[in-house]
Amino acid sequence: MRREPPRSLADYAPLVFPALMLTVFFVVPFSIMIAVSFFRRDPAGFYTPDFVVDNYARFLSSFFGGVLGFSLMLAVLVAACCVAIAFPFTFLLIRCSRRVQTVWLVGLLSVLSLSEVIIGFAWSTLFSRTAGITNLLVAVGLMDAPQALLPGFGAVLTGMVYQALPYTVLVLYPALVRLDPTLLEAARTLGASPLRAFFNVVVPALRNTIVATLIMVFVFALGSYLLPQILGRPQHWTLSVLITDQAIYQSNMPFAAAMAVFLVLISLALVGLTLMVGRRESAA
Amino acid sequence: MSGLSLKDVTKRFGDFKAVDAVNLGVPHGTFVCLLGPSGCGKTTLLRMIAGLEDPSEGAILLDGSDITPVPTHKRDFGMVFQSLALFPHLTVGQNIAYPLRIRDRPREEQARRVDELLKLIHLGGFADRPVAKLSGGQRQRVAIARALALSPRLFLLDEPLSALDAKLREAMQVELRQLQQRLGITTIVVTHDQREAMTMADLVVVMGEGRIRQAAPPIEIYRRPADAFVADFIGSTNLLAAIADGSGRATVFGRPVAGLPMPSGLAKAVLSVRPEDVRLDKVGAGAFDGTVTFVRDLGATIETFVEAGGETIVAVATPRDKPDVAVGQAVGVVLSPDACVVLAR
Repeated sequence: MRREPPRSLADYAPLVFPALMLTVFFVVPFSIMIAVSFFRRDPAGFYTPDFVVDNYARFLSSFFGGVLGFSLMLAVLVAACCVAIAFPFTFLLIRCSRRVQTVWLVGLLSVLSLSEVIIGFAWSTLFSRTAGITNLLVAVGLMDAPQALLPGFGAVLTGMVYQALPYTVLVLYPALVRLDPTLLEAARTLGASPLRAFFNVVVPALRNTIVATLIMVFVFALGSYLLPQILGRPQHWTLSVLITDQAIYQSNMPFAAAMAVFLVLISLALVGLTLMVGRRESAA
Repeated sequence: MSGLSLKDVTKRFGDFKAVDAVNLGVPHGTFVCLLGPSGCGKTTLLRMIAGLEDPSEGAILLDGSDITPVPTHKRDFGMVFQSLALFPHLTVGQNIAYPLRIRDRPREEQARRVDELLKLIHLGGFADRPVAKLSGGQRQRVAIARALALSPRLFLLDEPLSALDAKLREAMQVELRQLQQRLGITTIVVTHDQREAMTMADLVVVMGEGRIRQAAPPIEIYRRPADAFVADFIGSTNLLAAIADGSGRATVFGRPVAGLPMPSGLAKAVLSVRPEDVRLDKVGAGAFDGTVTFVRDLGATIETFVEAGGETIVAVATPRDKPDVAVGQAVGVVLSPDACVVLAR
């Protein structure tokens, strides 16, 4: 098929609909949010149009700095855990028969159909003292008494890794399928044990894919606001939780908007980084 | 026994026998070509020698010791893959040094060996280039150098030249053979190109349907093929039905070929004669007569297609011979008995 550059205005016609949708449902709301982030809060009502930077200034406190730091740290940890689990898993998966692969992929996709709320409550049951997995450990004699594993940092991390893992596998899958299997065989004939060949050849050969996946999961985890509330203590709450809190419970729309804009800027910066990495990979 | 020997090596994939009871001895310093059509089991055999596949039955011995249970990475063989399998994240030098790095050899030794090998493959000064920036022939050489970095006991190549264009391939064949002779390394190459096998090998192993059909020096394979399969696969040949007459002579189209006896015990056989051994003469002067149906003048050679008894016989002559034939002309086909091989069907 030949692709010709569009010449007349009519050639751009197919773009009108998506452009319209993007404008109405993304550009306009986002612009409103940016505008609101500079408005003045009205304690009695909602907000009054103005141009103040108080909302951003308030954000630069040690409390919000701490929350931001925690959010970034949590997202980095979720991304690292997901890739550390999903990469070897996917690598082994692509060597299975087609049927086994299909069963696994369908299973993983079905996790995507669960809402964050269901995942949160499922894990809160699993981590509870009365009905949780510790009861199983007691039954097999590994523990003396059932224990509550939540709320806590471990519970938040587990829930978020569980939620992000299917995405990670689905992103890594095509890259690993395309990887030339003789690279691994070549490494073995040259004297590398299978494990060594994996870390020595497969991981570095897919370095850019791994970096891009890390960034994707990181951005994904940055937006999570339900799981930290269900599975964690207040000190495990992320910036997204605070945004929700400010917007809905404190009715401080301008401040919530300012935090949201900040979070979006960080996300955009990371997406940009992903694109740059991708471009370098395709140039190589 | 010194060298590599295969004892009844068999590989089954389900019900399919990819390699069927192969026995082969390869003395040290020999250049062996495993030759056969696709799906004949030659690559599977090579992969078993490399340890990348486990034989279903049989044993692989190197200098008398059984290496069948030894994992690939402990065999110290060098292998060049069809895809070359150069590591894309490493430079030329790092690729070549990889087997040394794995064994934690000192840096100076690695650097020296890389230099030596790059000189050997005529790519001096390429150590710091990324492999993606190399041409097909250069990548080929780097893959060879990487496989040779450790001075391996066995040098294995799986269709190494198939990705190159015809001219470069021929040049690399000569280069590979010269390299092997200089290093005196035992080498096994898998190929489906009989010219490649003829150019490089001391020993050509023709395989078909998982079995060795013939293992012999190239010229013997060409002159004295063991069966019709080998004769047909190596070069082009004329295969004619041969029947023994009452006095044990071979007859083609009902007429005896002068001086060519039938092997005892064979009533029906196939006579194989190379096109360059077929001479055309006046009607009645040869073993039988035929009609010229087509003449292909390729400049260096002239091929004449002669129809006789419902079969087409190809005769090849050089322009020096000045074959004076035209389409439609009746000719006598002369078969010299020492150029003909009678093979079991």
